[in-house]
Amino acid sequence: MKKQPIDLFAAGLRAETRAAVYDGSKVSHEKRTKVLFDHYGDPDRLRALAGEIKQHVVENLDTYLPAAEARLAANGVRVHWAATAESACEAVHSILRARGATRLVKAKTMVSEEIGLDGYLRERGIESLETDLGEFVVQLDHDHPSHIIKPIAHKNRRQVAELFERNGLGAFDDDPRVITQRARRFLRHKYLEADAGLTGANFLVAESGRLVVVTNEGNSRFCLAATRCHIALVGIEKILPRDRDLALFLNLLARSATAQQLTVYNEFILGPRAAGQPDGPEETHVILVDNGRTDVLASSCRDILRCIRCGACLNVCPVYRQASGHAYRSVYPGPVGAVLSPLLLGRRFPEKADLPKASSLCGACNEVCPVDIPIPDLLLRLRDKAHVEGVPSPGTPPMGAWAVMATSPAAWKAALACGHILNHLPARLIPVPALRAWEARRELPPWRGGEFRKWLRNRRGPPMPGTG
Amino acid sequence: MANPGRTPITGRRVQLMATCLCDAFHDDVAAAAVEVLEHLGCDVAFPDGQTCCGQPAFNGGDWAASRRVVRHTVRTFRAPDPVVTPSGSCAAMVFHGAALEFENEPDLGEVEELGRRTWELADFIVNGLGVRSWPGRFDSAVALHRSCHSRGTGSAAAAALLIGSIAGVRLVEFGEGEQCCGFGGTFSVAFPHISAAMGDLKLEHVRAANPDVLVSGDMSCLMHLCGLAAREGSPLRAMHLAQVLRDSLKAAP
Repeated sequence: MKKQPIDLFAAGLRAETRAAVYDGSKVSHEKRTKVLFDHYGDPDRLRALAGEIKQHVVENLDTYLPAAEARLAANGVRVHWAATAESACEAVHSILRARGATRLVKAKTMVSEEIGLDGYLRERGIESLETDLGEFVVQLDHDHPSHIIKPIAHKNRRQVAELFERNGLGAFDDDPRVITQRARRFLRHKYLEADAGLTGANFLVAESGRLVVVTNEGNSRFCLAATRCHIALVGIEKILPRDRDLALFLNLLARSATAQQLTVYNEFILGPRAAGQPDGPEETHVILVDNGRTDVLASSCRDILRCIRCGACLNVCPVYRQASGHAYRSVYPGPVGAVLSPLLLGRRFPEKADLPKASSLCGACNEVCPVDIPIPDLLLRLRDKAHVEGVPSPGTPPMGAWAVMATSPAAWKAALACGHILNHLPARLIPVPALRAWEARRELPPWRGGEFRKWLRNRRGPPMPGTG
Repeated sequence: MANPGRTPITGRRVQLMATCLCDAFHDDVAAAAVEVLEHLGCDVAFPDGQTCCGQPAFNGGDWAASRRVVRHTVRTFRAPDPVVTPSGSCAAMVFHGAALEFENEPDLGEVEELGRRTWELADFIVNGLGVRSWPGRFDSAVALHRSCHSRGTGSAAAAALLIGSIAGVRLVEFGEGEQCCGFGGTFSVAFPHISAAMGDLKLEHVRAANPDVLVSGDMSCLMHLCGLAAREGSPLRAMHLAQVLRDSLKAAP
């Protein structure tokens, strides 16, 4: 029988990688819980409120997007719309080309991963350098991020120190402070040499056109301050209605993502350098990226567009902890990725229709989500979608025969009686594939089909007529 | 997930939804549920046509098949009395899952009506009947596994309150209690490696707390955990909370 790719990936995961992912996730989750419940009497009310605000945005994007565009333009920002990954990459490239720019410094942005910007620019002779430490390591290692917030959640410090040594960044030393200092020294002058800086945006406020970018390393600030051209890649769902909503969202984001009261650096960007300002970019460009999001908006899973990319659902997810982010074959891994990644593929949904199956539906992701996305419900909807579209799903038992039995009391009782044969069959001869698969890992308890009904009859006499 | 706004309990008649797992494997759990409800003065009806709540197909993605089974369940439990089930998972299927897969169906209203009067056993005893403590005696160190379908519902707290109130019970905490056991319905057979790894981790945490017995409101979790433990050659003593409540009554002076 064919196997589920995520289960196979988990089975083949190196113990060292699994330990890095598991231990890091557990610690992140525990810190997050402590901080939220220490600081707030009822964090669940805040999550519900934030969820309502983002759901409102998602359902009114048609008014908020033009409003944001108008404010951005009034602030002197040039707005570009990108329907696809290709057009988003083209937009970045044409901005750079117009300025004769060949060196770009980048702060961390998942959208740039999503659209494959790095490779696109490299092919066109433009150096695009990651300045977030984790992303820098990923780039140096020709790897991919495995977590939304912690790109190298799958690596330990020994592996990073070895990578630095191989790349001439100093003899092996896995002291985190040494690693950080070496990256810092290498990156510092790169900012000054760069022609343009690229960031994402955590939020874009519709009423003010304010872009908000948060980092813990200050690298986005360097990208902005040292270069003359700032390009922000912004998913169209990143909108917040009002500036005052930031109070709620910045507090929830920092606590959910990294268990901080506030992320260390919070950039509030209203546009390019104004007359008389000593520094800041001469040009600010915002590229509003769709790349499948309007398809998600049109689907029954539009709630996933509330996501603020905190990664809390990854950290708590028992499947992610066992499998690691790379198991999901997607820019967005874990529970949120299992919903978003297949949907962003549009008509190519079947390629990742296995992702929504990689969940025990335990609901921990919903319990920690700062915008209260009902992720298990969305995973279930996608399972139904995959089934309706006829996408094969290895290991999921066919349900037709079961449904026939479970809608006919007579057939059900007959099956309960026949099941006793299981007590006399060796496991490999069990005629039900699902039970055989169960037996491969676990003992099956003795079959006692119908015994409860017998017990009840002996106590009470035959069932009353008319009770089904 | 949360309990829907529910019909308050007025009479003493209830309908038992025994669950397919109890029908096939764990008859003593269903019997214990009957005895516990009768102890509380309930008149327990058992609609004989009952089969399964419909969850396997819902979970596996075959919602059309699942809806056929849910419709059968709605017909089977059409009497107006509350439905009580010794499973947080089956209860959640009836009051949450079924409503989800019926959201575009004309008979959604009937499904929701059943959901409003469907209760997991501990939730029914504590939040339905208002019982706050349990008589009798059960001399054991109990590790209480909070099954995932009780997240956001009244069941987890109700189970802890009832079990914790029994004379002789010592509740023991274990690590990462909020984590799933790894069962997950069709997940357990489609993702055997991850499912077993999650189960082994749960067993490790439970054993480290050294309880006399692992107790849960869901036999599916216990079947998975006990099945893993037995296969590994170190069987685990586990009981459904209905069995603990019943045995406690039997030990009453």
